[in-house]
Amino acid sequence: MSDRWTVKRSGRATRISSGVFVLIGIALFAVPLGFRADVVQQLTTLCTLLIMAVMWNVLAGYGGLVSVGQQAFIGFGAYGTVFIAQLGVPAYLAVVLAALASAVLAVALAPLLLRLRGGQFAVGTWVVAEALALLVALDHDLGGGTGVSLRGLNTFPPDWRRAYTYWLTLAFTVLLLVLVFLLLRRRSGAAIQAIRDDEEAAASLGVRIMPLKFMLFVLAGFGCGAAGALTLANTLFIQPQSIFGVQWSAYMLFMVLVGGIGTYEGPILGAILFFLLQDWFAQYGAWYLIGLGAVAIAFALFLPRGLWSLADDRLPFRLLPVGYTLRPAG
Amino acid sequence: MTLLRAENVFARHGLLPAVRDVSFGIAEGEVLALIGANGAGKTTLLRTLAGAHPLAGGRIVYDESDLAGVRADQRVRRGIAYVPEGRRLFPELTVEENLLVAGRRARPGPWNLTTVLAAFPALGPLRDRLASRLSGGQQQATAIARALMTNPRLLLIDEVSLGLSPKAVEEVYACMTVLRDSGATVVLVEQDLGRALSTSDRVVCLLEGRIVLDAKTDGLSREEVVTAYFGFHQARRS
Amino acid sequence: MTWVNAIVQGILLGGLYALFACGLSLMFGVMRIINLAHGDIAVLGAFLVWSLTTRTGIGPFWALIPALPVMLVLGYLLHRTVLARSLRGGPLTPLLTTFGLAIVIQNALLQAYNPDVRSLGGAAGGIATGSWRITDQLSLSYLGVLILATAVLVLGGLQVMLRRTAFGREMRATAQDADTATLVGVPASSVYARATAIAVATATLAGVFLAVRSIFDASSGPTQLIFAFEAVVIGGLGSLWGTLWGGMVLGVAQTIGATIDPQYSILAGHLVFLIVLASPHGRSLVALRREGRAA
Repeated sequence: MSDRWTVKRSGRATRISSGVFVLIGIALFAVPLGFRADVVQQLTTLCTLLIMAVMWNVLAGYGGLVSVGQQAFIGFGAYGTVFIAQLGVPAYLAVVLAALASAVLAVALAPLLLRLRGGQFAVGTWVVAEALALLVALDHDLGGGTGVSLRGLNTFPPDWRRAYTYWLTLAFTVLLLVLVFLLLRRRSGAAIQAIRDDEEAAASLGVRIMPLKFMLFVLAGFGCGAAGALTLANTLFIQPQSIFGVQWSAYMLFMVLVGGIGTYEGPILGAILFFLLQDWFAQYGAWYLIGLGAVAIAFALFLPRGLWSLADDRLPFRLLPVGYTLRPAG
Repeated sequence: MTLLRAENVFARHGLLPAVRDVSFGIAEGEVLALIGANGAGKTTLLRTLAGAHPLAGGRIVYDESDLAGVRADQRVRRGIAYVPEGRRLFPELTVEENLLVAGRRARPGPWNLTTVLAAFPALGPLRDRLASRLSGGQQQATAIARALMTNPRLLLIDEVSLGLSPKAVEEVYACMTVLRDSGATVVLVEQDLGRALSTSDRVVCLLEGRIVLDAKTDGLSREEVVTAYFGFHQARRS
Repeated sequence: MTWVNAIVQGILLGGLYALFACGLSLMFGVMRIINLAHGDIAVLGAFLVWSLTTRTGIGPFWALIPALPVMLVLGYLLHRTVLARSLRGGPLTPLLTTFGLAIVIQNALLQAYNPDVRSLGGAAGGIATGSWRITDQLSLSYLGVLILATAVLVLGGLQVMLRRTAFGREMRATAQDADTATLVGVPASSVYARATAIAVATATLAGVFLAVRSIFDASSGPTQLIFAFEAVVIGGLGSLWGTLWGGMVLGVAQTIGATIDPQYSILAGHLVFLIVLASPHGRSLVALRREGRAA
């Protein structure tokens, strides 16, 4: 037994696995060069789902804020893109600007919504989403109730358009994953996990809860707005009922709950799983959704920490250096 | 006849042990004082006996049957009543409603609304007052009266005189005399050592979750109690 | 005069919202759960009555007589099987569970019945269509008055039950301090299950009235949940009569919005809700919740 210990952020195994992730990330950028267009489009969809899952986890898993209204930002990002593009801005730039605008929306809504707790916050966010959908449906320039498409993208040949959309989506995905990673890694990370575990205890230790929740809320608004804008760039056509629809929250809930709430890797796992399920089972319509809901309930009651907890508990090391370990010095 | 026996009882707060390997028995009709410094585990022990706190190890045997798996509300119906620390009256219910709630599923016995109000005459005029508007002493009297409405065989009272004025403490201990004379079995947690020793037949002292003293109060010197309380000595039993 | 008519219609509409809201309010008051499946449960009740009406030919209000006990039992079982377990899991779990439940119920209804919109108005006969003409521009529909009267009766009944019955006392005690309630012998799980049963029954009543008054389909649930929630918040959390007041304010906001432009009606309701939330009143009622129980 050595007398001295040091606190390190990662061991060798963690560094190796982090390196593998970085390599995978780089390899993903090369995909459009070797694969068919519909594979590229599928991967784009997967990435947008991943963004949503990670963002919902940021709110619920780290901040304890269960939102059933993130579709407000998804829709805002999508319609924001249309609006900005109609002003003459190039389509892809409009996507980025719309994502930033969603962050601004989150800043504006935070004082109103963040004072709510629990179920009130959940339904409050939902009301905002519904109100936004109604406002958008009233605007004829934005297509009203029938929907609108992003015309600016028609100037690109389809294969290149899909590649550009994919690269932009991947860039946002990587950016958001890095942001969340930094969030967890710095001092705020410990504070966030403290809030998640016991808000009152954290507050009594001097953790400033409101600024942290504010940060999480704005990040989630930014991310969901980006996801919405990117969805539009991917599918080209949106309607208020569907882009502002509560089914997005259902998907996010499923991905995070099944993947592993409150962990870094859980939402990623959940998104991949959900994407595959969508692909295989969406054809079954209502039965598929019943199954989805039932599985979500089962996980909430019996495996609340999600699938990732099964792996995480058994792995002797963390996949990514977000925690602290104690090692003998020297 | 032993009414309740704790055998090697362990209880935790999360991962922190609060009650370690506690074994003792209570005879029917006995008044037992449970003393110890703050954080010694007295409240946790009482709550575990009442079923409000999970048992992490050991057994609790009441009336010759193991209480494992018996929920708190079921224990009340078997005759174990617990008066919580801080009284915990229902704030938006009146005194009478507080009493009636407890009496609804009570075991058969001498205590009902009429007899309880007769035993606590100070409460009669307060029947229709909201519990949140009572003074500390009135609340304590109501809390004890409420526990009595369930016709308990074993009464567990936590922190009897905490936060009460000297006059209120006098009133409450007058109730104690009534209880004692009626042959009830009582375990009371009390910070005031003098009161605890003069009211009870036996005293059990906890230190960091363990029993360090378990003796009849008759003939027990104050020095022995203080030594056990502060842990200057090994555990002593008699 | 159209403004007066709008306000009157809004008040009558408020009765329907109050009926939806009281079950939500009860569950929140007793268990601190916002049942995200509340609207869908109401629609389930409406579909149950629909099936009874179309198969047997009896009117929807008569069909309530067998339907309500069925839904009461369903509510009780719902708690015993799913909700009780989710209460033990921490503050997030009930939200996640009830949301999952909402998805399941909605899609099960979609599967069992087709997506067509339908109404019970036809089966209800004269009561659904008749009205008292007060002036040229103001009329009171029989149905509107019936719904408001029912809402008042139900809310009054709940108040009486809570204040004067032993069962109601147990419910109030459990709502104020569930931990101590078990310590005086009140079986918390049983109290919760009964509260859920009552909430489901009132939701059924509301759902049937909605179905008679207008159209409904498998996806009508979420909208009603939102209105119910808005009514509860506007009226003040934790107050039963507040839900009647909140329902009426919401109803009037919607009808006045509709008078300006039919497309604005629901939006007007949302705006009033958000304004109430932003106001000092909203701040104070949320603070009430944060305080939790008194020691």
